[in-house]
Amino acid sequence: MKRIVTLKTRNLEESKKNGGCGECQTSCQSACKTSCGVANQKCEKASK
Amino acid sequence: MIHCFQLKGYHIVLDTVSSSVHVVDEVAFDLIRRYEELPREELVTECLALHPEVSKAEIEECLADIEELRKERKLFTPDLYRPNVEKIAKRETVLKAMCLHVAHTCNLDCEYCFAAQGKYHGERALMSLKTGKKALDFLIANSGTRHNLEVDFFGGEPLMNWQMVKDLVAYAREIEKEHGKRFRFTLTTNGMLIDDDVIDFANREMDNVVLSLDGRKSVNDRFRKTVGGVGSFDIIVPKFQKLVVERKQGTYYMRGTFTHLNPDFVEDIKTMLELGFDELSMEPVVCAPSDPYALTEADKAVVMEQYEALADLMHERAKMGKPFTFYHYMLDLEHGPCIYKRISGCGSGTEYVAVTPNGDLYPCHQFVGDERFKLGDLDSGIQNLDMQAQFKRCNAYSRPECADCWARLFCSGGCAANAFHATGDLQGVYEYGCDLFKKRIECALYLKVAEQMEEE
Repeated sequence: MKRIVTLKTRNLEESKKNGGCGECQTSCQSACKTSCGVANQKCEKASK
Repeated sequence: MIHCFQLKGYHIVLDTVSSSVHVVDEVAFDLIRRYEELPREELVTECLALHPEVSKAEIEECLADIEELRKERKLFTPDLYRPNVEKIAKRETVLKAMCLHVAHTCNLDCEYCFAAQGKYHGERALMSLKTGKKALDFLIANSGTRHNLEVDFFGGEPLMNWQMVKDLVAYAREIEKEHGKRFRFTLTTNGMLIDDDVIDFANREMDNVVLSLDGRKSVNDRFRKTVGGVGSFDIIVPKFQKLVVERKQGTYYMRGTFTHLNPDFVEDIKTMLELGFDELSMEPVVCAPSDPYALTEADKAVVMEQYEALADLMHERAKMGKPFTFYHYMLDLEHGPCIYKRISGCGSGTEYVAVTPNGDLYPCHQFVGDERFKLGDLDSGIQNLDMQAQFKRCNAYSRPECADCWARLFCSGGCAANAFHATGDLQGVYEYGCDLFKKRIECALYLKVAEQMEEE
């Protein structure tokens, strides 16, 4: 596309089928402790 | 729903539901912004007026691309997840993380401490090894098939109960294999009691170490001082430096808090970098609005500008081959969390609990000491199921205000503790925090965009 560059991102709709294993880190367990962000967590399904 | 924003010369479009990220030129930006608002003919006319240098055919071509992305569900994606939210709110959950309050006491007397100088508005107390073991047994017993279990040694100041921490880690290593689990430990410390033994043990056993330093000496020592009023900077910095130099595995975070007294927190980040630290986090203070150090509305503009300055600094340093990480700008767009995680959030009160020195259970560390939120204890388990149900309902869709927010799948509805402390309601919205959060996500997306575009 001439005017649009799309970054590679995880297909969230697809993750509905294969996600939800729950092995990822609890988001507030790292360096915040006073806020909540989940997007910076890594998916750990592969390492299960 | 989409979110269009400009930052540092880039025009960026985020598709909320798919979380697709597009970098576009001005023509595409104007077309996408108005795509759902105007009939096609009017859209073309408006775009021609805004961009006379572009032909109608070029605009039609761009519109065809936009339509293709829409069909691929990368733009204007309808909300696919809302129908399943009730199911998520009623889902079965298992415990996978614990914040272990091994010491309700502290050797610093930081005025801004949400934990009231480590005591959480209660008595000074240390967790016994017996209670610690009971907590880990409880975690294993309630963790279902989860393999990775997280335990944060927290306080107060956990190094004031260090031998117990070491003994408890040894116990965990004894029992994890027979139960098919892997404990991942975090130590959150103010650094005062770090010595060679702590460094050696923490660097071997802790997957993550969170080190508290607010940055510049004057800023740090304003709040982070001993009961006798001595600033901690000169004591803790050499200890932190030694720990980090010797750390060969796992992560660490140098974590600071900024307040009304230092909204120009990038200066503190620079100090951390000069001291040799490169895995950093800075958090806005959480306190009552009446506190003299609470961030004000006037501070917000400064903080927003600082977040952009921080993005600039990260970008420059990465180009110089001296990158550093900032916790809130870490985004893994390709391998980040699945939609379940993005909707359900931090799991406080359901997947994550805080355990007090005497074995009481709370939804998270920020509710400890507030009896209304006590969920139960290690002996009788979670008894307050009504309270737990309230936490289970906290997600990206539970607050009406989030329905038209583009960032909801990045924050999952935000921090329940912040919501409660700001509004008196778990389902409330801490708007100040939301504004800062959204700015951080814009900056994080910009950094991803800049990285990719410069590679190309």
